[in-house]
Amino acid sequence: MNATIEILGKELAIDADGNLVNLEDWNEEIAKAIAKEEGIEELTQKHWQVINFMRKVFAEKEDSPSIRKLTKESGVDTKELYALFPKGPAKKAARIAGLPKPKGCI
Amino acid sequence: MFENNGLEPIKKVSIIISKGSMEGVYPGLIMANGARMEGIEANLFFTFFGMEAIINKKMDHLKVATVGNPAMHMPTVLGALPGISALATHMMEKEMEKLDIPPVREFIEMIHDAGCYIYACKASVDMFHLKKEDFCKEVDDIITVGEFYETSAGANIIFT
Repeated sequence: MNATIEILGKELAIDADGNLVNLEDWNEEIAKAIAKEEGIEELTQKHWQVINFMRKVFAEKEDSPSIRKLTKESGVDTKELYALFPKGPAKKAARIAGLPKPKGCI
Repeated sequence: MFENNGLEPIKKVSIIISKGSMEGVYPGLIMANGARMEGIEANLFFTFFGMEAIINKKMDHLKVATVGNPAMHMPTVLGALPGISALATHMMEKEMEKLDIPPVREFIEMIHDAGCYIYACKASVDMFHLKKEDFCKEVDDIITVGEFYETSAGANIIFT
Protein backbone atom coordinates (compact mmCIF):
# COMPACT_ATOMS: atom_id res chain seq x y z
CA MET A 1 0.00 0.00 0.00
CA ASN A 2 2.67 2.48 -0.96
CA ALA A 3 1.09 3.95 -4.03
CA THR A 4 2.55 7.16 -5.32
CA ILE A 5 1.68 9.68 -7.98
CA GLU A 6 4.10 11.83 -9.91
CA ILE A 7 3.08 15.48 -9.83
CA LEU A 8 5.35 18.26 -11.06
CA GLY A 9 8.35 15.97 -10.95
CA LYS A 10 7.76 14.81 -7.38
CA GLU A 11 6.74 11.34 -6.18
CA LEU A 12 3.91 11.87 -3.69
CA ALA A 13 2.25 9.19 -1.55
CA ILE A 14 -1.46 8.59 -2.22
CA ASP A 15 -4.17 6.54 -0.52
CA ALA A 16 -6.48 3.96 -2.13
CA ASP A 17 -8.73 6.73 -3.47
CA GLY A 18 -5.80 8.51 -5.10
CA ASN A 19 -5.82 11.36 -2.56
CA LEU A 20 -2.59 12.72 -1.10
CA VAL A 21 -1.53 11.08 2.16
CA ASN A 22 0.64 13.85 3.57
CA LEU A 23 -0.99 17.22 4.08
CA GLU A 24 2.39 18.94 3.85
CA ASP A 25 2.95 17.62 0.30
CA TRP A 26 0.19 19.94 -0.90
CA ASN A 27 0.57 23.41 -2.31
CA GLU A 28 -1.33 25.52 -4.82
CA GLU A 29 0.72 24.31 -7.77
CA ILE A 30 0.01 20.68 -6.80
CA ALA A 31 -3.70 21.57 -6.53
CA LYS A 32 -3.68 22.97 -10.06
CA ALA A 33 -1.99 19.83 -11.37
CA ILE A 34 -4.53 17.51 -9.63
CA ALA A 35 -7.39 19.68 -10.91
CA LYS A 36 -6.13 19.28 -14.49
CA GLU A 37 -6.03 15.54 -13.99
CA GLU A 38 -9.68 15.75 -12.83
CA GLY A 39 -10.60 17.65 -15.98
CA ILE A 40 -10.71 21.12 -14.44
CA GLU A 41 -8.46 23.22 -16.64
CA GLU A 42 -8.40 26.35 -14.53
CA LEU A 43 -9.07 26.90 -10.83
CA THR A 44 -11.14 30.06 -10.51
CA GLN A 45 -11.57 32.20 -7.41
CA LYS A 46 -14.77 30.22 -6.62
CA HIS A 47 -12.86 26.93 -6.80
CA TRP A 48 -10.33 28.32 -4.35
CA GLN A 49 -13.10 29.47 -2.05
CA VAL A 50 -14.29 25.85 -1.80
CA ILE A 51 -10.78 24.38 -1.56
CA ASN A 52 -9.71 26.80 1.18
CA PHE A 53 -12.94 26.20 3.10
CA MET A 54 -12.35 22.44 2.95
CA ARG A 55 -8.80 22.79 4.22
CA LYS A 56 -9.97 25.04 7.04
CA VAL A 57 -12.68 22.55 8.14
CA PHE A 58 -10.26 19.64 7.87
CA ALA A 59 -7.71 21.44 10.05
CA GLU A 60 -10.40 21.86 12.73
CA LYS A 61 -12.25 18.54 12.53
CA GLU A 62 -9.87 16.11 10.81
CA ASP A 63 -12.61 15.17 8.38
CA SER A 64 -13.42 16.70 5.02
CA PRO A 65 -16.78 18.57 5.08
CA SER A 66 -19.96 17.03 3.71
CA ILE A 67 -21.76 18.45 0.70
CA ARG A 68 -24.36 19.89 3.07
CA LYS A 69 -21.72 21.72 5.09
CA LEU A 70 -20.19 23.01 1.87
CA THR A 71 -23.60 24.20 0.69
CA LYS A 72 -24.43 25.92 3.96
CA GLU A 73 -21.10 27.37 4.98
CA SER A 74 -18.64 27.71 2.12
CA GLY A 75 -20.57 30.53 0.44
CA VAL A 76 -20.96 28.45 -2.73
CA ASP A 77 -24.39 26.83 -3.23
CA THR A 78 -25.18 23.26 -4.34
CA LYS A 79 -25.82 24.10 -8.00
CA GLU A 80 -22.58 26.00 -8.29
CA LEU A 81 -20.63 23.28 -6.45
CA TYR A 82 -21.74 20.74 -9.04
CA ALA A 83 -20.90 23.17 -11.83
CA LEU A 84 -17.42 23.85 -10.43
CA PHE A 85 -16.60 20.23 -9.63
CA PRO A 86 -18.65 18.09 -12.02
CA LYS A 87 -19.23 14.44 -11.11
CA GLY A 88 -18.97 14.75 -7.36
CA PRO A 89 -18.03 18.06 -5.72
CA ALA A 90 -17.16 16.88 -2.19
CA LYS A 91 -14.99 14.03 -3.42
CA LYS A 92 -13.28 15.97 -6.21
CA ALA A 93 -12.72 19.13 -4.20
CA ALA A 94 -11.22 17.08 -1.34
CA ARG A 95 -8.78 15.44 -3.74
CA ILE A 96 -7.74 18.78 -5.23
CA ALA A 97 -7.44 20.23 -1.71
CA GLY A 98 -4.98 17.45 -0.82
CA LEU A 99 -7.38 15.93 1.73
CA PRO A 100 -8.85 12.44 2.16
CA LYS A 101 -12.29 11.69 0.73
CA PRO A 102 -15.12 12.81 3.11
CA LYS A 103 -16.17 9.98 5.43
CA GLY A 104 -19.86 10.87 5.84
CA CYS A 105 -22.78 9.71 3.67
CA ILE A 106 -24.21 13.16 3.05
CA MET B 1 -11.75 1.05 -1.47
CA PHE B 2 -13.57 -1.80 -3.23
CA GLU B 3 -12.27 -3.73 -6.20
CA ASN B 4 -14.73 -3.55 -9.08
CA ASN B 5 -13.16 -6.57 -10.78
CA GLY B 6 -13.30 -4.84 -14.10
CA LEU B 7 -17.10 -4.45 -13.97
CA GLU B 8 -18.77 -1.27 -15.22
CA PRO B 9 -19.38 1.27 -12.46
CA ILE B 10 -23.03 2.31 -11.94
CA LYS B 11 -23.86 5.27 -14.20
CA LYS B 12 -27.51 5.95 -13.45
CA VAL B 13 -30.11 5.11 -10.79
CA SER B 14 -33.86 5.57 -10.52
CA ILE B 15 -34.99 5.49 -6.92
CA ILE B 16 -38.63 4.92 -5.98
CA ILE B 17 -39.88 6.14 -2.60
CA SER B 18 -43.21 4.52 -1.74
CA LYS B 19 -43.55 5.01 2.02
CA GLY B 20 -44.42 8.19 3.89
CA SER B 21 -42.86 7.62 7.30
CA MET B 22 -39.59 9.28 8.11
CA GLU B 23 -37.73 5.96 8.03
CA GLY B 24 -39.50 5.19 4.77
CA VAL B 25 -38.39 8.39 3.06
CA TYR B 26 -34.82 9.07 4.21
CA PRO B 27 -33.03 6.00 2.85
CA GLY B 28 -34.12 6.89 -0.68
CA LEU B 29 -33.14 10.53 -0.22
CA ILE B 30 -29.72 9.58 1.10
CA MET B 31 -29.19 7.19 -1.81
CA ALA B 32 -30.22 9.81 -4.37
CA ASN B 33 -27.95 12.46 -2.85
CA GLY B 34 -25.15 9.90 -2.54
CA ALA B 35 -25.54 8.97 -6.19
CA ARG B 36 -25.10 12.58 -7.30
CA MET B 37 -22.10 12.96 -4.98
CA GLU B 38 -20.49 10.04 -6.80
CA GLY B 39 -21.26 11.57 -10.17
CA ILE B 40 -24.05 9.06 -10.85
CA GLU B 41 -27.09 10.31 -12.74
CA ALA B 42 -30.24 10.05 -10.59
CA ASN B 43 -34.05 10.18 -10.73
CA LEU B 44 -36.33 10.18 -7.71
CA PHE B 45 -39.88 8.90 -8.19
CA PHE B 46 -42.41 9.35 -5.39
CA THR B 47 -45.44 7.09 -5.30
CA PHE B 48 -48.32 6.34 -2.90
CA PHE B 49 -47.58 7.65 0.60
CA GLY B 50 -43.99 8.38 -0.39
CA MET B 51 -45.45 11.55 -1.91
CA GLU B 52 -45.78 12.99 1.61
CA ALA B 53 -42.10 13.96 1.25
CA ILE B 54 -42.84 16.32 -1.66
CA ILE B 55 -46.31 17.64 -0.75
CA ASN B 56 -45.84 21.20 0.48
CA LYS B 57 -48.20 20.94 3.43
CA LYS B 58 -46.89 17.58 4.62
CA MET B 59 -43.17 17.42 3.93
CA ASP B 60 -42.17 19.28 7.11
CA HIS B 61 -44.21 16.97 9.32
CA LEU B 62 -43.08 13.42 8.58
CA LYS B 63 -43.10 11.07 11.57
CA VAL B 64 -41.30 7.92 12.67
CA ALA B 65 -43.68 4.95 12.87
CA THR B 66 -43.73 3.68 16.45
CA VAL B 67 -46.48 1.11 15.86
CA GLY B 68 -46.05 -1.97 13.73
CA ASN B 69 -42.29 -1.62 13.75
CA PRO B 70 -40.71 -4.49 15.74
CA ALA B 71 -37.25 -2.92 15.40
CA MET B 72 -38.39 -0.06 17.66
CA HIS B 73 -38.48 -2.64 20.50
CA MET B 74 -41.48 -0.88 21.93
CA PRO B 75 -44.74 -2.54 23.00
CA THR B 76 -47.51 -1.73 20.51
CA VAL B 77 -49.72 -0.15 23.18
CA LEU B 78 -46.90 2.18 24.22
CA GLY B 79 -46.14 3.17 20.61
CA ALA B 80 -49.80 4.05 20.16
CA LEU B 81 -49.86 6.57 23.03
CA PRO B 82 -50.25 10.22 22.03
CA GLY B 83 -46.93 12.00 21.62
CA ILE B 84 -44.76 8.87 21.37
CA SER B 85 -44.32 9.07 17.62
CA ALA B 86 -43.56 12.80 17.93
CA LEU B 87 -40.97 12.06 20.60
CA ALA B 88 -39.29 9.32 18.54
CA THR B 89 -39.32 11.66 15.53
CA HIS B 90 -37.74 14.45 17.52
CA MET B 91 -35.00 12.12 18.77
CA MET B 92 -34.27 10.88 15.28
CA GLU B 93 -34.17 14.43 13.89
CA LYS B 94 -31.62 15.38 16.53
CA GLU B 95 -29.39 12.41 15.70
CA MET B 96 -29.65 13.15 11.98
CA GLU B 97 -28.71 16.78 12.43
CA LYS B 98 -25.51 15.60 14.16
CA LEU B 99 -24.67 13.63 11.02
CA ASP B 100 -25.40 16.63 8.79
CA ILE B 101 -28.54 14.96 7.38
CA PRO B 102 -30.87 17.87 6.55
CA PRO B 103 -34.64 18.13 7.18
CA VAL B 104 -36.76 16.77 4.29
CA ARG B 105 -37.46 20.12 2.58
CA GLU B 106 -33.83 21.23 2.64
CA PHE B 107 -32.70 17.76 1.52
CA ILE B 108 -35.11 17.73 -1.45
CA GLU B 109 -33.84 21.16 -2.50
CA MET B 110 -30.22 20.05 -2.17
CA ILE B 111 -30.82 16.86 -4.16
CA HIS B 112 -32.65 18.78 -6.89
CA ASP B 113 -29.91 21.42 -7.05
CA ALA B 114 -27.45 18.56 -7.36
CA GLY B 115 -29.10 17.68 -10.67
CA CYS B 116 -31.40 14.83 -9.63
CA TYR B 117 -34.83 14.85 -11.33
CA ILE B 118 -37.84 14.59 -9.05
CA TYR B 119 -41.14 13.06 -10.18
CA ALA B 120 -44.53 12.29 -8.66
CA CYS B 121 -46.47 9.21 -9.76
CA LYS B 122 -49.53 10.03 -11.89
CA ALA B 123 -51.67 7.16 -10.61
CA SER B 124 -51.08 8.22 -6.98
CA VAL B 125 -51.64 11.90 -7.78
CA ASP B 126 -55.01 11.04 -9.37
CA MET B 127 -55.95 8.67 -6.57
CA PHE B 128 -55.32 11.28 -3.86
CA HIS B 129 -56.89 14.07 -6.00
CA LEU B 130 -53.71 16.17 -5.97
CA LYS B 131 -52.51 18.86 -8.37
CA LYS B 132 -49.07 20.08 -9.41
CA GLU B 133 -49.55 23.12 -7.09
CA ASP B 134 -49.79 20.82 -4.07
CA PHE B 135 -46.16 19.81 -4.51
CA CYS B 136 -42.94 21.61 -3.62
CA LYS B 137 -41.29 23.57 -6.43
CA GLU B 138 -38.55 20.96 -6.90
CA VAL B 139 -41.00 18.45 -8.43
CA ASP B 140 -40.11 18.44 -12.13
CA ASP B 141 -43.19 16.63 -13.36
CA ILE B 142 -46.02 14.21 -12.69
CA ILE B 143 -45.35 11.15 -14.81
CA THR B 144 -46.92 7.78 -15.61
CA VAL B 145 -45.26 4.48 -14.87
CA GLY B 146 -44.50 4.18 -18.58
CA GLU B 147 -42.71 7.51 -18.59
CA PHE B 148 -40.87 6.46 -15.46
CA TYR B 149 -39.47 3.45 -17.31
CA GLU B 150 -38.61 5.62 -20.30
CA THR B 151 -36.67 8.10 -18.19
CA SER B 152 -34.99 5.19 -16.43
CA ALA B 153 -33.36 3.91 -19.63
CA GLY B 154 -29.97 2.51 -18.71
CA ALA B 155 -30.60 2.96 -14.97
CA ASN B 156 -30.61 0.61 -12.02
CA ILE B 157 -34.05 0.81 -10.38
CA ILE B 158 -34.15 0.87 -6.60
CA PHE B 159 -37.50 0.45 -4.81
CA THR B 160 -37.80 1.67 -1.24
